[in-house]
Amino acid sequence: MGVSMLNLGAALPEIFMAVSALALLMLGVFAGKDKAFRTVSWLAVAAQIITVILVVTGEGGPAFFGQFTADAFAQFCKVMILIGSSVGIIMSMKFAERENMARFEFPILITLATVGMMAMVSASDMMSLYLGLELQSLALYVVAAIRRDTIRSTESGLKYFILGSIASGMLLYGMSMVYGFTGTTNFAVLADTLTGGDLPVGAMVGLAFMFAGLCFKISAVPFHMWTPDVYEGAPTPVTAFFAVAPKIAGLALFVRVAIGPFGSVVADWQQIIVLISILSMLVGSFAALRQENIKRLMAYSSIGHVGFALVGLAAGTEEGVTGVLVYLGIYLVMNLGTFAVILCMRRNDRMNEEITDLAGLAKTKPLMAAITAILMFSMAGIPPLAGFFGKFYVFKAAVDAGLVTLAVIGLVTSVVSAYYYLRIIKVMYFDEPVEGFDRNGTEMNVIMAVATIAILAFVFFPNPLMDSAAIAAASLFGQ
Amino acid sequence: MVVQALAFYLFATIAVLSATAVVTVRNPVHSVLLLILTFFNAAGLFVLLGAEFLAMLLVVVYVGAVAVLFLFVVMMLDINFVEMRQGFLNYLPIGVLIAVVLFVELAFVGAGWTLTDEAVAVLAQPTPAGVGNVEALGRLIYTDYAYIFQSAGLVLLVAMIGAIVLTLRHREGVRRQKISEQVKRTRADTLEIKKVPVGRGI
Amino acid sequence: MQELLSEYLPILVFIGIAVGLSAVIIIASLVLAKQAPDVEKLSAYECGFAPFEDARIKFDVRFYLVAILFIIFDLEVAFLFPWAVTLGDIGTFGFVSMVIFLAVLTVGFIYEWKKGALEWE
Repeated sequence: MGVSMLNLGAALPEIFMAVSALALLMLGVFAGKDKAFRTVSWLAVAAQIITVILVVTGEGGPAFFGQFTADAFAQFCKVMILIGSSVGIIMSMKFAERENMARFEFPILITLATVGMMAMVSASDMMSLYLGLELQSLALYVVAAIRRDTIRSTESGLKYFILGSIASGMLLYGMSMVYGFTGTTNFAVLADTLTGGDLPVGAMVGLAFMFAGLCFKISAVPFHMWTPDVYEGAPTPVTAFFAVAPKIAGLALFVRVAIGPFGSVVADWQQIIVLISILSMLVGSFAALRQENIKRLMAYSSIGHVGFALVGLAAGTEEGVTGVLVYLGIYLVMNLGTFAVILCMRRNDRMNEEITDLAGLAKTKPLMAAITAILMFSMAGIPPLAGFFGKFYVFKAAVDAGLVTLAVIGLVTSVVSAYYYLRIIKVMYFDEPVEGFDRNGTEMNVIMAVATIAILAFVFFPNPLMDSAAIAAASLFGQ
Repeated sequence: MVVQALAFYLFATIAVLSATAVVTVRNPVHSVLLLILTFFNAAGLFVLLGAEFLAMLLVVVYVGAVAVLFLFVVMMLDINFVEMRQGFLNYLPIGVLIAVVLFVELAFVGAGWTLTDEAVAVLAQPTPAGVGNVEALGRLIYTDYAYIFQSAGLVLLVAMIGAIVLTLRHREGVRRQKISEQVKRTRADTLEIKKVPVGRGI
Repeated sequence: MQELLSEYLPILVFIGIAVGLSAVIIIASLVLAKQAPDVEKLSAYECGFAPFEDARIKFDVRFYLVAILFIIFDLEVAFLFPWAVTLGDIGTFGFVSMVIFLAVLTVGFIYEWKKGALEWE
């Protein structure tokens, strides 16, 4: 493995991102008074695109004496995270200028959060896991509260911060227990130590605490309470970013921790994941039925999606992990498209967030209504759209692993959740139109169009995503 | 050995008692002072474990900086602490329940404390013989754990940016002394000589 | 381990004496001094007057900013101690490692300076 090597090259994408964040910080502050907001934002996007190239072309491998690993799994997740955060920055630019939050620190904080996420998915030691997670979380707390003069935004930041700190505490507590009982923090050594098959009881308790902390970060039930409030209170482009990049990073980290060091004791943690997954799917579908605010609705929808993705992890097999990765890829595209729609819900220069505001969109903006309908059908998992395949692969993996009940519950909740997605379509097509929305920004149109085309085309060209997800999953299982 | 055991029980008892008092005393300022006492005792326990550096950090960072910040907050902010404590009795049962669950869990874990043979074999570097704790840490942090060290640097940077983004405001109309500008000032900037024709005024 | 702890024994003794002595002084003054409190004696001293309102007020957030920035640099300094002790052993790599760490925080420092966070208007 070459564990005792520095191998800086494997971490080149992270180093590049961190250095460019520092350079942008200097650029922004020397330009003075947020004049450089647009420049810094576009340069941050450019840095992320270059990082994608570095990730894809990099040779990978372990680095930093076994605390960091850039395997195919990490590469796959990093590409998704970078897409999520660069689109997030693009979506926020005009919004920020309109809503008086155009501060040049914003894209820099997003960039630093992205570095943290990349460190998370590449972590191969509990300490690097924790530092990546903290780097990400700390930047996100600030970003949630970036409109510091509005009560909703500060409240959202504060709630996120306090509950996030408790979750970090639980995670640390769990990690220290695992360390205390196994004598190591390194994932590879931990996996070797545990191959005997029996987990010491203390490490088991530690593992449960670690899972609780991670569940908070991906907002899985019963650690989801913060999600609707934070999603509703944070500025909308920030919510869009929250819904994709940190969630993908968190789930990827969850998969890595479960499969990597604890892969030989699947039976010990499978029950926990099954339970969390069922609860998340139930809350995600039933609690969302009553929501009127579309950002809260998306919060519950994301809780449900986490539940579906965890079905794949519960299987604990390579097929299951492939399912999770495919699901995350499709989830990324669907969510970015949907949030582009939400950001276009602007009337007379004011944001609207109620579902009823979409009434009659089919008459005022037929194309946008059609795009929204496709996105909603895909979210609901109706074939032949991409969302269906995401669910199909995780359920199939669960059935193959013998978790038939879990798959059945997943199917039932996905039918329930279809109700509220279809309700949006009903509001758009059958309700009396209200005053039309303002003209969409070009970048929003592009994002919506690309997302829709990707969702429609997945059925014809599933291979790029499927194959790379399979390679990524295989790398986690050490083949 | 006896002194060591006595010191342990002394520090541990005071730590537990003062930690309990932190959450039960009425006056928040006393609460913070007791918290400082808890930190000191925890530092004492760290010394007994041989973790000198951690003990010193606890005193320098927690007592020296964090606790002072806490004290600052509870002494200065206009929070009505009586009102804040209203829910105390309502939440007491569930708090006690969680504490009991955690305690049982800990007791359970403590009772089942066994290290597997593999775990003993890989036990991460203990303090090597003949080297002080600070030195042993120093040999690892900056080389073997350079990645974690640099990540910590980035976390501190984010904290710095975050604090400034969220709290820094510039007031309008504040006049500052700018010495360089004052020195650069020439007569032409401030004085203008006008020829006033006799008998016409300006 | 044993000799390490014996180095700390004087400190323990010192703490013991400090606690003991302060306890003796307080208790002695309670026991020995003549105590005859009355309302006037316990009221605010001489020309002082009873406060009109609570001393707690909304405080300028800038105080916290200064305190938080202090904590950050305090932590940075904490990393310097073990480094200074072991610089001879860890070689160029350890040296460069610290230089990078300091460079990152110097960038933060320049940011904070340019932003005017260190100025008190």
